[in-house]
Amino acid sequence: MDKVMSNRLVAALYVLPALLLLLVLVYIPIVLTGYYGLMQWDGIGAMTFIGLDNYTRLLQDSTFWQSANHTFLLALFSALSLIGYLMIALVLSGKIKGANFFRKIYLIPMLLSSVAIAQLWLKIYHPSNGVLNSFLEAIGFSNPPAWLAEPSLVLYALFVPILWQYAGFYILIYYAALKNIPESLIEAARIDGANPWQIAFRIKLPLITEVIKVTVVLAVVGSLKYFDLIYVMTDGGPNGSSEVMASYMYRQAFRSFDFGYGSAVGFFLLLICLVVTWLLRKATASKDTIQYS
Amino acid sequence: MKMEPAVRLPVGPETGHSPAWMRRIGYVLLYVLLSLVALPQILPLIWLLLFSLKNNQEVFDMAPFALPATPRWENYVKVWTEGNISLYFFNSVWITVVSVVFTVLFASLVTFAITRMRWKGRSLVLGLFMVGLMIPVHSTLIPLFSLFLKLNLTDHPLSVILSYIAFNMPITIMILLGFYYALPREVEEAAVMDGCSVNRIFFRIVLPMTASVIATTAIINMIYDWNEFIFVNTFISSDAYKTLTVGVQNFIGQYTTDWGAIGATLMISILPILIAFLVLSERIVEGIAAGSVKG
Repeated sequence: MDKVMSNRLVAALYVLPALLLLLVLVYIPIVLTGYYGLMQWDGIGAMTFIGLDNYTRLLQDSTFWQSANHTFLLALFSALSLIGYLMIALVLSGKIKGANFFRKIYLIPMLLSSVAIAQLWLKIYHPSNGVLNSFLEAIGFSNPPAWLAEPSLVLYALFVPILWQYAGFYILIYYAALKNIPESLIEAARIDGANPWQIAFRIKLPLITEVIKVTVVLAVVGSLKYFDLIYVMTDGGPNGSSEVMASYMYRQAFRSFDFGYGSAVGFFLLLICLVVTWLLRKATASKDTIQYS
Repeated sequence: MKMEPAVRLPVGPETGHSPAWMRRIGYVLLYVLLSLVALPQILPLIWLLLFSLKNNQEVFDMAPFALPATPRWENYVKVWTEGNISLYFFNSVWITVVSVVFTVLFASLVTFAITRMRWKGRSLVLGLFMVGLMIPVHSTLIPLFSLFLKLNLTDHPLSVILSYIAFNMPITIMILLGFYYALPREVEEAAVMDGCSVNRIFFRIVLPMTASVIATTAIINMIYDWNEFIFVNTFISSDAYKTLTVGVQNFIGQYTTDWGAIGATLMISILPILIAFLVLSERIVEGIAAGSVKG
């Protein structure tokens, strides 16, 4: 047994295709992003080493910081929306007939491509013929706004479909975690006279703390690198009022052909993701994790 | 991975302490709440289906959710035959199929080697794959672009396929891991006694045993690959290799005023996923719950 299953040559052959792809297409590019950030480079011609110039430029670039603020705002909203998803999952995980059906309905938007969602919501937000403004006019608002053309509104208008897209995903994760709690625990509490609120908040929630922590990290980091809907729906406009970090990076590199500066933004984005993950992990770390056996 | 408890107790959402009418009202309120959340998830899609079957005049003059007098299926015929949508569709199909097959095969090989075989550095390799889950795609985009440029792979489907395989590998391995750890070792031990080689054990015994989890990872990969946008948008420039997501985006640019055509295009692009969801929803739900790291 041991001899056959510790055949190094076979193990190497099994692991290498995937490992090579991972190293060449994921890890090496990460290192290169940091390296390109030290260069002046248009993506095609020769690179010139300029030290930390791109990074100092980044720190003073008010457009970048504006887009960073938008990104942080999205992260905040995403994290707060988790509370709502958790409540829905708590309801679903009770003895609700059709819980399975609802759970699947909630999940549908997550299966669609960002482009389809973006194009659909462009139509929903259409100033004159969109379903949103048709509805608002029908209930008496005479002059509903052009949601995506209004600098003060556009960012929040974009948050709606972004949160919409991922709602079912988080509800599903919470639901799965809640359903994993042994029924005997809930039953014991019920026999001891706990009411539904107590069961939900004193027993169920504490038992899925670990899952909640993971989702907070997912929601925040997912928001930090968010790109798709914003790129398709507004391309950061009007006038930068919906630009986020990833779309700013894309613009610098693939529109302005400033690959050096774009790489610096990309590397900064990576650092922020890693630091925030680490901070969140640290902030929510607890020595005594509650377990059920 | 069934989440439902084995026995369902006949107890309502409220315990037995409150009177029956209060419990009933509680029930109704809960359903109202759940439906209020469900409506925004589903209504936009119904609206999309409806306006894909209307002409502009009907879109502008009728109530948003009114049925068209006669459904205009010609919108679908038109976008399928006139533009490149059918080309993009088949590009999406073959690029997705190739990527899914190789992702699942490579991931199965790695997971097998890590969980069933003994060699130094197993945990390091596993760690590398798991850390890969946290790396933002956008931070790798510029070096990837320049790498493919050097290899003459820009505007080549291989750039997209290789990227899909590499970036979906961690999540696929993660879903497979739990299943592989739970596989009984007796079968392999018996096979080794009988003188089977590792290849034979993997391809003839273990791989068939993992068919159900392979289906789960395949469908999850299919969703990610079918919907992927940023790689195609960045690496591919000629129509011949564009997939639906990017193709739809360009195509809609030309049809900005024809709502029916846009609706039909979008419906065509989401239909395969919706059908897969109708047929395989349990697997999808399971896969997403198991691989909850990708969001």
